[in-house]
Amino acid sequence: MAPVQKETVAEPIRVMLAKIGLDGHDRGVKVVARTLRDAGMEVIYTGLHRKPDQVIEAAVQEDVDVLGVSLLSGAHMPIFTRLFEVLADLPEPHRFVVVAGGVMPDEDELELKRMGVAGVLGQDTAPETIVEEIRALVHSRAPRS
Amino acid sequence: MTAPASLAERVLGGEQGMIARALTQVERRAPGTDAMLAELHRHAGRAHVIGVTGPPGSGKSTLVTAMAQEYRRAGRSVGIIAVDPSSVFTGGAILGDRIRMSTLSGDPGVFIRSLATRGALGGLARAALDAVTVLDAAGWDVVVLETVGVGQAETDVISGAQSVAVVSVPGLGDSVQAIKAGLLEIADVHVVNKSDRDGAHRTVSELRDMLRLAKRQPGQWNVPVEQTVADRGSGVTALIERFDEHLRWMERNGERERRARRAAGTRIRWAAEELVRDWLRPGTPAFDEAVTQVAEKHDDPATAARRLIGWT
Repeated sequence: MAPVQKETVAEPIRVMLAKIGLDGHDRGVKVVARTLRDAGMEVIYTGLHRKPDQVIEAAVQEDVDVLGVSLLSGAHMPIFTRLFEVLADLPEPHRFVVVAGGVMPDEDELELKRMGVAGVLGQDTAPETIVEEIRALVHSRAPRS
Repeated sequence: MTAPASLAERVLGGEQGMIARALTQVERRAPGTDAMLAELHRHAGRAHVIGVTGPPGSGKSTLVTAMAQEYRRAGRSVGIIAVDPSSVFTGGAILGDRIRMSTLSGDPGVFIRSLATRGALGGLARAALDAVTVLDAAGWDVVVLETVGVGQAETDVISGAQSVAVVSVPGLGDSVQAIKAGLLEIADVHVVNKSDRDGAHRTVSELRDMLRLAKRQPGQWNVPVEQTVADRGSGVTALIERFDEHLRWMERNGERERRARRAAGTRIRWAAEELVRDWLRPGTPAFDEAVTQVAEKHDDPATAARRLIGWT
């Protein structure tokens, strides 16, 4: 893997990685967690079988910059729909971007982005590309208030 | 932009998102943090701050989860600060405590925050205690600080707690040996977790033997050894009672105030050290001038230091 430039220690990007629903495969998401950590980010992994409201609650409390949801089960459409419903019900606007990872057909990608997913990183995305994408998404977002 | 003062007000109002943001400010020492903390400091001091420490694998997160559930049953709200080690090479970290705490989600009476141990010396301890101030001021009844019991920074963190539980497990080789260095002295309660395992009684009696060796003044707190099986929740009710007893004991004989004074002293010192460190760095004209003077033997380091901080 090409060496990726490190985050500054003063302000690392905080990422929550989540697995939602019945999908029990988390090797991929763990590799992503380590990749992001090695790039200097702080990664909070939720563990398997979470519910959308649990994940949103954790992301709010941890005040993350990015919420990455990994899905390999094919249930991404209903899960992201529910996720954005929960987000819409938050008393305050959230400040993290939502990224989808895993296996999703191209035709769903457009629909996910319409819902509010900021980026879709398929299973073949190279580690350095994941790091770059995450950084670009965080830096293009409004600065921390 | 949220003004620091209004952020403090919203923290005091118990808004979860704002508490989360205040904790981020504290971690990053963002501009306005000092002003916000000054406001919150006035409202802090009501929470029972409990430190939980022990070697990796002793089941701290599971124990903290069980404790939180027990406190919730008793109608008390719980804030948790989980301190995880960062990689010293990249500054990155994988914070995994939330995985083990997932049974607590969906309860507004529980707030969990993971804190990474950044590279900065002393920075972690300070951030952790400032984070406790935020949760305390926001009205949590109990604030639990969970940390791996290795290294000076972690021990510093724990010094900010009012009641300290040191967790050990049977069968980790000479487990008592592992926690002896530095941790034994700070324990108010010893917890032998996973005590359904072989060797639990041995670990308990080793701890008791060691505690007996320590000289105890009359009226001093008698450090108990509690046995738990955290993932089944057994022994946790008794543990919580022990913390409450410890709190009452501290209140009866002035220990709570002594500890508050000690923590205040430590925190003033950290803040002062940070101020000095920030000021004494290359690029500050007075500092650069002093460097030249000392390097060219016109001055010596100690005298230059005293002059720089205004002592001469």
